[in-house]
Amino acid sequence: MTDPEHRSNISTIDIYEEVSDWDVNAGGDKVVAKRMTGRFRKLKWFGMSVWLVYFLGPYLRWDGQQAVLFDIPNRQFHFFSVTVYPQDIWMLSLTLLFFAILLAAVTSIAGRVFCGYFCFQTVWTDVYTWIETRLEGDSPQKAMKFKSAPMSLGKLSRITLKHALWLIIAMLTGLSFAAWFTDAFQLWKDYFTLQAAMPAWIVLGMFTAGTYVFAGFMREQVCFWLCPYARLQSVMYDQDTLLPAYDAERGEPRGKLKKGQLDSAKGSCIDCRMCVAVCPTGIDIRKGQQEGCITCGLCIDACDTIMEKTNQPKGLVRYASYKELHHKHEAAPIFKRPRVMIYGLILMISCGGVVYGFTNLTPTEFNVMPERQPLYVQLSDGSIQNKYTLRLLNKTQHPIEVQYQISGLEGATLHGLDDLVYIEPGRMNQVIALVRLEEEAINQAISPLIFTAEVIEGPDIQIRYESMFMAPN
Amino acid sequence: MADNKNNPNEVSDTGHEWDGIRELENPPPRWWTISLYLSGLLVLVYFILYPSIPLVTGSTKGLLGWTQIKEYHRGLEEIEAIRAPFEQRLAEMTAQEILDDDEMRNYVVASTRVLYGDNCAACHGVGGQPVPGSGYPILNNDDWLYGGTIDKIVETLAGGRAGMMPGHANLLTEEETDKLVKFVIDASNGEATEAGWKLYNEKGCFACHGADAKGNQMLGAPNLTDRIWRFSGEPAEVRRTILHGVNDASDPRTRIAIMPGFNERLAVKLEAEEFGDDPEDYYDGTETERLSETEIKKLAVFVHQFGGGQ
Repeated sequence: MTDPEHRSNISTIDIYEEVSDWDVNAGGDKVVAKRMTGRFRKLKWFGMSVWLVYFLGPYLRWDGQQAVLFDIPNRQFHFFSVTVYPQDIWMLSLTLLFFAILLAAVTSIAGRVFCGYFCFQTVWTDVYTWIETRLEGDSPQKAMKFKSAPMSLGKLSRITLKHALWLIIAMLTGLSFAAWFTDAFQLWKDYFTLQAAMPAWIVLGMFTAGTYVFAGFMREQVCFWLCPYARLQSVMYDQDTLLPAYDAERGEPRGKLKKGQLDSAKGSCIDCRMCVAVCPTGIDIRKGQQEGCITCGLCIDACDTIMEKTNQPKGLVRYASYKELHHKHEAAPIFKRPRVMIYGLILMISCGGVVYGFTNLTPTEFNVMPERQPLYVQLSDGSIQNKYTLRLLNKTQHPIEVQYQISGLEGATLHGLDDLVYIEPGRMNQVIALVRLEEEAINQAISPLIFTAEVIEGPDIQIRYESMFMAPN
Repeated sequence: MADNKNNPNEVSDTGHEWDGIRELENPPPRWWTISLYLSGLLVLVYFILYPSIPLVTGSTKGLLGWTQIKEYHRGLEEIEAIRAPFEQRLAEMTAQEILDDDEMRNYVVASTRVLYGDNCAACHGVGGQPVPGSGYPILNNDDWLYGGTIDKIVETLAGGRAGMMPGHANLLTEEETDKLVKFVIDASNGEATEAGWKLYNEKGCFACHGADAKGNQMLGAPNLTDRIWRFSGEPAEVRRTILHGVNDASDPRTRIAIMPGFNERLAVKLEAEEFGDDPEDYYDGTETERLSETEIKKLAVFVHQFGGGQ
């Protein structure tokens, strides 16, 4: 099939020419990031502290009950004084939409803020590596020295302590997750008396194993090879997106300090490789934007420290947009960027929907289902009878008594529902209603019919449901 | 993870080349190789645990002893365990008590659909409405041949019904037949004439259908003055019923309309209780029990809830 005449002249050598530059982090070399202080390090601690809510939230009480509780067996979601039933699940959809779009919006404005400061993978990894570097040294050289040192009591106790601390954090992570779905205090008791339910053990086991392996051993490999978000970032960025970037025009050609003096022929970068040493994913920011960059800004802290020491202006590595770096002008303001505007609009709509949902939670859910088989029945006096199934869910915390009525159809009478219907809190009540219409009153095959459920005993509620009355043609 | 960072130009190839792309002889990554062997191991474990290798008769059984039918039975046991408390209570309740209890009534209406479908729907239709013109009684209207109270429905289900109307072919002239057909149709529309009533009484129809033609539930004789037709309101069909009757063994063209009994033993028991006698004296040992007493009660409630129950 290949015509020899048109065969490409490119040799295989050319195709693979760049291969020696490929640097694929597949976990072969362990990344031991140096820890330095700075603005972004502080910001990262602040972002990480948001996760305290995850650990402490379940112990919050409200009206003597757990303030936030996903009660799966009873299919209820308690959020402070509000109880959400599965019928209101559309609010969850909007909440998820809100956070999904928020992720995209933030990425479009300032890159992977979530990855750098909030993501559980990077946050837990950061805590795990903090423990590790404290015990085993905070540079690849020190870590290697620790590793190659002969086994001693001191070394063994350090390794044991590290894994013990990792496991404690992992188990707390699992326990805290489970605590959102059941009473937190009871859960602790159940775990310690070995009485916890099977799902609780499974959650604890999976989260402990997952945290221990993901944060302890896989680390940045998860960001590189498991996380889909890293793969999507290039479509969420544009030329206005602020990203930690190396100002190559200022930095190049890089070169070491000679006798502690700056060489005016060279750029600002003194090739100290501090930006590489502090990077938790082991990339070199000077090679430009790449998939491994979680935009945590730690390289900015490192470079600024060096710039200060060498008496150069800070910001060789800084948060900058593509436009700023290449065209020397500022990024477009946020409100002039259509992408951000559209994201913002969706955010407002979904947020508004959730707020509307929470403020307009109906205390009941009313449904009328007409019988389909048969659509209508002729009675002995010639009148036509339709059958309906009425379902009413009591979402209040109190029992209610309901009176059903019909309206909107001249001559129609309701049968079989003379008594008040009593409904327990949280329960769905189902009754059958029969509606009859005199033969003389029938003038069309389908007539609108309105069912009304009025709460007699309980809160003042009246709900309508528009249904149909079917008759022969 | 094995990484092949070797320069492709230094790696030997298989000699296969396509548009400059060579097939190298790099080994696959180690994790991939391990996964392959692990999945092979999984197949082996599966073969040992589950039925797998087909033999001449049947197959290997596997260590777990798993079969599809066992899984089905386990599922069935699960649902029966959920239903058991309800079914136990049902057995101790009368049909009337079930009807009066919201929870039990809802349970019966929801859980009896299959039972009804298996035993009743073939004639009476899925929703109690038979195919028009099929001649089976409608269950969801307010017209009952033998009574629409829950107890009467239980009785009908248990003992079955076979109404009897003699054929009148030998008793009526052609003209009288025409007049009676017209009378029956008029009566249904509330337009019966004096002459019609006269003929109705003369021919003895009142004996079963009553002096006011409103029927007799003791005999299962239908009401002729309402809008519901037991068979059909078409003049030719009305004529056939008058001339050849229903379940008249002497007339080969008669209509056959027999509802089988689904628990004759229960029917006999109910009859004995009505007279205050011991049912044991009534049984003759030939009574059939196609459905249990509880099933009869469930079906009675289900039918009652079609919308016509009284």
